[in-house]
This record gives sequence, structure tokens and C-alpha cells, in this order.
Amino acid sequence: MNTKSKRIRDILLSIVLAAVFCCILAYFQYDTKTSHSYALSILTRSAVYAVVAVSMNLLNGFTGLFSLGQAGFMAIGAYTTAILTIPVAARPNVYYLNGIAPWLENLHLPMIPAMLLGGLFSAAIAALIGIPVLRLKSDYLAIATLGFAEIVRALLAAPMMDTITNGSFGLNNVPGYANIFQPMAIAAVCILLMVLLINSSYGRAFKAIREDDVAAEAMGINLFRHKELAFVISSFFTGVGGGMLAVFMQSIDTKTFSVSMTYNILLMIVLGGIGSVTGSIIGAFLINGSQEWLRFLDVETTINGVQVPLLRPGLRMVVYSILLMIVVLFWRRGIMGTSEFTWDGLFGLFTRKNKKKKTGGDKS
Amino acid sequence: MSAITFAQHFLTGISLGGSYALIAVGYTMVYGILRLINFAHGDLFMMSGYFMIFAMATLPWYLALPIALIGTVVLGVLIEKAAYKPLRSAPRMSVMISAIGVSYLLQNLATYLFTALPQPYPEIPFLKKIFQFGGLSASLVTLITPVLTIILVVALVQMINHTKLGMAMRAVSKDTEAARLMGIRVNTTISMTFVIGSLLAGVGAVLYFTDRMSVYPYSGSLPGLKCFVAAVLGGIGSIPGAVIGGFIIGICETYITALGYSTFSNAFTFVLLIIILLVKPTGLFGEAATDKV
Amino acid sequence: MSEAANREHVLEVEHVTMQFGGVVAVNDLSLHVDKGEIVALIGPNGAGKTTAFNVITGVYAQTNGRVSFCGETLTENHPTGKALASYLGEDAGKFSQTILKTPDAITKKGIARTFQNIRLFKSLSVFDNVLIGFHMRSKANVFSAVFHLNGAEEKANREKTLELLKMVGLDDVKDEVASSLPYGKQRRLEIARALATDPKFLLLDEPAAGMNPQETIELASFIREIKEKFGLTVLVIEHHMDLVMEISDRIYVLDFGKLIAQGTPDEIQNNNRVIEAYLGVQEDE
Repeated sequence: MNTKSKRIRDILLSIVLAAVFCCILAYFQYDTKTSHSYALSILTRSAVYAVVAVSMNLLNGFTGLFSLGQAGFMAIGAYTTAILTIPVAARPNVYYLNGIAPWLENLHLPMIPAMLLGGLFSAAIAALIGIPVLRLKSDYLAIATLGFAEIVRALLAAPMMDTITNGSFGLNNVPGYANIFQPMAIAAVCILLMVLLINSSYGRAFKAIREDDVAAEAMGINLFRHKELAFVISSFFTGVGGGMLAVFMQSIDTKTFSVSMTYNILLMIVLGGIGSVTGSIIGAFLINGSQEWLRFLDVETTINGVQVPLLRPGLRMVVYSILLMIVVLFWRRGIMGTSEFTWDGLFGLFTRKNKKKKTGGDKS
Repeated sequence: MSAITFAQHFLTGISLGGSYALIAVGYTMVYGILRLINFAHGDLFMMSGYFMIFAMATLPWYLALPIALIGTVVLGVLIEKAAYKPLRSAPRMSVMISAIGVSYLLQNLATYLFTALPQPYPEIPFLKKIFQFGGLSASLVTLITPVLTIILVVALVQMINHTKLGMAMRAVSKDTEAARLMGIRVNTTISMTFVIGSLLAGVGAVLYFTDRMSVYPYSGSLPGLKCFVAAVLGGIGSIPGAVIGGFIIGICETYITALGYSTFSNAFTFVLLIIILLVKPTGLFGEAATDKV
Repeated sequence: MSEAANREHVLEVEHVTMQFGGVVAVNDLSLHVDKGEIVALIGPNGAGKTTAFNVITGVYAQTNGRVSFCGETLTENHPTGKALASYLGEDAGKFSQTILKTPDAITKKGIARTFQNIRLFKSLSVFDNVLIGFHMRSKANVFSAVFHLNGAEEKANREKTLELLKMVGLDDVKDEVASSLPYGKQRRLEIARALATDPKFLLLDEPAAGMNPQETIELASFIREIKEKFGLTVLVIEHHMDLVMEISDRIYVLDFGKLIAQGTPDEIQNNNRVIEAYLGVQEDE
């Protein structure tokens, strides 16, 4: 097969795959005989985390900046989106304890512009924070960004922010998604943009910095400018992801955006493969999907009157953390390593397996 | 703020700073030798609190205390052997992720085993004895913490400067490969560093939790980060630096809380971190290092 | 072109001293390279050659002295305060400005380099390694790059990359991971990558290290070839004396951070101080 016909085949296959996926989504959305709300919520959550995981990977995997500020940037995006999309009529109820700031009272935006604004706000703060923080070496950067996320959380919950963020009470009454296609489409657009960035000249410059910053500088790549660029863009999409999360959860408070949220996203990208976009997406869907499959771990179960040992609330998270350790220690490349999904790769997987079987057969 | 309350807060501050200092020493030693932020160190400190709770449930304090300390040391060394040693030659990011993994695991494990609710920390009766000086009142633990901290740290510095083990530690932290060629058993030395760091974290835990009176699965995470900042403030790799950093952060935090800005006391630590790293990245007592190209 | 213009100093290093703590790695080094020349910087191990390179390319900020390129000051520094108190070099009062540029700004001016211990983008493909060199001169901003509005430029860069790879004889391995190449090819890839930044001036740090005699001979003609083809001026650090004598127009000799001799290959070969400085090394070998 020559390259051109191969390309046509790949495009066709991708269209078929997307169509099948859409049909599945449509089935979940419009089949009224049984409720698929649980499946829908897992898919939506996965889409949200896919955006955030890919944007974290853009920094950690592609630019080699070990940043742990994701929860903070998500919080900024989520609060911006939530504050702006809560219906004006519902606001007195939401802010019943402290009241709402007058300038904010009638400020309302539709979902998408609110998310965009959340992303831009995140990006602007990232640009400011980046100036001091990105000059730091890798491990200091990790601590400083982790600290930044904690500062954001503290500020959002601070009493002086009560009339804006509703302090420690959090926000509710955020209007949810109209259907499953909304979050999927937003996620698809975000991820597509990041993929285009990674494959552009700038994406190559980011990778050069990850590989060897001294050599990258000698190639005329301004380290600070490119690191700042990666940081700002990644934070933009993390902020949008935060906004998506707010719309998904419909109510948010600062406790949601704790350090363990960042660690969870880290688990997704490590599992999927640091430096692979498809890996991060797979990681996001696997981890969020497994929240359901592993639910039984958190439920105390009795079989024939005997209580099954170990099963009780909290075990699921223990399993996740052990999973993270296992991946780091024994399977450092994760599912995808630094490669991306290709149809060739997929077919290669099967043919290689067949070949192995054949040679095995010959020997016996 | 009257002079008495000022002095009272100062006392609380140096006491808090003392336990921070003990944890910060653990960070600085591990960083000095492995160039790794041991994210799990704060959680080790939290686990030490739980060990004490369980030991005290059945044993008198003078037996429970050594058992809790031994438990902490064993756990600390175990972490090093299981999570860091296999990654000696791995990229730095992997080792850091491994450290985060351990931290995450310990927090989740504690939630699973002991629930997310705070558990009351047992009282060691004589430590809670209240002393009065003029208008000041302080429990024995408040007074003992800074003194004990300084004694332990002086002993540690003496050990590092004057014993064979100390020399080995200094050698490994300067140049691991050269130390190996000189016949120093690098792995043993690293393990010993974790033994000492964990032991100090254990002592710090007793002093810290006796004052706080409860332990919950996340009680190590924020103090852990703060103590790392203390270590950076003092100059990473410098033990006296870590101690002074610990005291500075403990005292500042106490005053910020006393002034009614408790929400910002955590934020303060990180703002401080960013400022130090920008103005004097080597900290107060750190040595500058030039990267070779 | 007139004789005077031919003698134009492309690179001028004036009284550069580089001090690390109490160690003076480069002491009062002055040298110049004229347009179209190939100049070699030689000296025993630890003489400060690579440090001089790192000062010229902005990796280190010199303690004292000035580096200028095509008549424009690139970097200039002088010791002040604490640094002055512990300064062990000479000419402390000679310079008064502090101009420091980051390495990328210096590369942008037209100075490209290779590294003694090969610094490739190891896990990227051979092709991408060279293609990255074109990023600096790319006119696209992030948006036009993301939305592929710079298609023509990108295409041209890819073609030029392929050309460069053909020239260094690596076009057959263009899709391989850089670190999988044998040593000699990695060195050539590094040179190709440096050429992608469109330099006027090329600094080669021990390009023949680890090469066998045959490869070294090939390298000599290769260096001459790219010099002619790209109109380059070349400064090279090298230990292989055959190569140095073969290609260089002039030679500078460093020992313990100080310049001990300079001249044509013939002059250097008969210079007693140079022979003395190298005797120790010869004994070792």
C-alpha cells in the first residue's frame, strides 16, 4: 500500500471510529427505556479530565517542566465559569449568607464564553506566576507550583472573597450540560488545538527544551519565552477544563481542588505515558471509568453472611496510589510511552501478535 | 498586641518552629544526598502520629514512645528501599513521581485504615504540665521542643563532622560516584540518612501532635511542604540552615495567625519560598553550585 | 572584495577572564578570528578551551572582558563588589559596562556551536534534531504555527533540513532516534543541526574526538567543504594535531587559562613553549 492510499484509509477509519463513538453517545443520550445517567456522567467526567491531563502533559511530558499547579488553575477556571453562569435569579439563594458583590450581581455569560474567560483568567495568572517560578530548577518548580495551588485555594475560601466566591460555602446552581455532545465537543476542540501546537514548530521547540535545555538554547530557542508560552497555554486549557468540571459537577467548593486532584491527574498521564497525547486521553478514560468498575472496593460486602475482608471505604484510592507506584517503578513508559496512536500501530500490534503465534507454531 | 501576648506567641512560635526544624532536617539531608524532594517525608511524620496513637492504646508512654519511633524509622527506610532505590539511575522526574506516589499512598492508606476523621492524640501526662512565669503560661512540651531540637541537631552536626558515617554522608552528597570508588557503601549511607531523617521526624511528630492533640490523614501534607520551604530558606543541604528556617517559619506563621490572617499563613510560606528562590536561590547558608556544560 | 575587508575581525575576544570561586579558568584571553578563516584553539586538558567557548556563546558570563562579533559588543563584564575583592585576574578596571546576553540571543546573531560531549535531542528523530534549528529564524507566531498558516515556510524548512542531512550523509537515517546513531554520525548530526541556525560563525568543540584516523581525514575535508559552501568562519578546539595542522589558518595555544602562543601551524610546531606545555601530555600518552 502506498502512502497516499494509506492516508485515505486512515482518514476513513478515523471517521468511522468517530461516527461509531457518536452513535454510542447518542444511544446513551436518547435511549429513554433505561437511565444511562451514570454512564453519561462517567463519560463527561472522562472528557473533562482528558482535557486537563493533556494540558498537564503538554507541560510535564512535552516541555519537561514538572509543574504541580493543575488544581489551582482548574479552581480559577471553575470559579470563573461558575460565578458567571449561575442564573441571576438563583444568585440570592446561592449567596444567601454573605450577599453578592454589586458589580457581579447581573454579570452573566453563557457557558462557552464563561469557560473561555475562565481559561483566559487562568492563563493571565499563569503568565504572572511564570515570571518568577519558571526560572527555578525542576524540583523547586514542582514545590512552588504546588504551593501556588494551595494559595489559590486559600484565597478562594478567604473571608474577604465571600461576596465573590461565597467563601468556604462553595457555589451551586451552576447549569449543567444540555447533552453529552457539548462536553465531548469542547474536549475534542481543546485537545485538537493542543495536538496542533505540539506538532508545530513551537511544539518541537518545547521538546528540544525537554531533551536538553543547554542545546536548545544554543539552537537559538529562548528558554524563558518558550517555557512561559507552554505554561500559559497549558494553564489556559487547564482553566477551561476547570470550567468544564464546574458545569459537570454543578456545585463546587474549594475542597474539590486539593493537592490530591493534581496527583490524580498525574496518575492519568503517568499511566497513559508521559509524552503521549493519546496516552493521556486513554489514562483519563481508564481512571475515570475505573472509578465505576472499582466501586465495589469501597463497599462493605457480605457473601453468605461472611464479610469480605478489606472491602471498605477508601480502598479504591489505595488501589489507585499503588497503581501509580507500580507504573512508576515497573512500567515507566506507561501504556503509550512517548508514541501516539496510529492505525498502522494498531494493525502492527495484531500482525506482530500473529507473527509471534506463527513462529511459535513452527517451533512446536 | 501587648508585650505579654507578644511573648506568649513567641513561645508558641519557637515551639512550632522546633518541630518544623526537626522535619526540615530530614528534607535537607535527603535532598543533600539524593537531590530528591522527599514528598513522602511529611506523610511519614503523619504516620508516626498514628503509630504513637496505637502504641499508647496498650502501652505506657515510655514503652510506646520508642516503639513509635522504631516504627517510623522502619517505614522511612522501607520507603527508600522500595520507592527510591530502584530508580537510582532513572530520570529525575520519575523519582519525583515515585516520591509523590508514596505520599499519595500513605495518605490514602491512612484514610483507609484509620478513616478521614481526626483521631485524638494520646497525652503524655508530664509533657502537658503547665508552667507559669509572670503572665506567661506554657506547657512543658512548648518549653522542651526548642531545647530538644537544638540538642538533637548539635548532636547530629557533631556526628556528621566527626564520625566515619558522617564523613561517608558528606562524601556521597558531594559526589556519589567518587564516593563509591573510594569504597564507601553508598546504599548503606543513604539508608542511614533515611534512618536519621525518620528518627527526627518521629521526635518532631511527638512534639507537634502533643500540642495539636489530633491526627488525620492529611495532617502531614501541609507541614511537610512548609518544612521543605524551611529547608530551602536555610539553604538546602545545610543542617543549621534547615533549623533556622524551621524556626523562622514557625514564628512567622504563629504571628500571622495571631493577627487574624490564619487563611494566609499557608500562603505566606509559599510566597516566602518564591521570594527566596528569586533573591537568593542558595538560601541563607547554602553553597552555590555551577552546572558544568 | 578588498584586502582590508577580508581582514575584518569577525570575532574579537578582549582580555576575557573567567573565574570560578578561587579558580581562574581563563586568564586575560585575547584573540580574534577574521572573516573566512579557520582558527584552532589548542592546549592541554583543562587549559580552559571549552570555558572560552562557553563565554563566547554566553553559557557563562565572563568575570571580566569583552566579546564582540562583527564589530558589535556581544557581552562585556567587569568584576564589582565581592567579585572584585576576590578577583585574581588582570585588567579589572579596563571595562566599565555590563552587557550580558543569553546563549539564544548570541545564536541569533549568527554564532552556532557544537558541544564537546555531544548534546543532541536524544529521543527525537535525526530529522527533528535538524528541523529544530530552523525554529529560531521562523517568522510564525504561535497562532499561525498552530493553525498551519505558515505552511510554505514549514515546507521550505523541511526541504532545507533534508538537504542538510544529505550533505552530511545522514539522509538515510533521518527517521531514526538520534541517540541510536554511532558516535561519528552523532558528531556530524550536531554540525548539521548547528548549520540549520544559519550561522556566519561556527564553533566546533573537539569535532574529531573519538574518531578513527580515516574519519578524521574525512572530517577535515568536510569542515573545509561546509566553510566554503556556507561562507563560514570557524573556530575549532581540537586535540588531533594532524587535523589542526591540516585545516587551520592560524592557531592559538592555551595553557592554564593563559594564551602562551599564537601563529601559523608552522610557527606553532616550532614554538618551544608549546612543546614544553605539551610534553607532560605526551608523557601521559
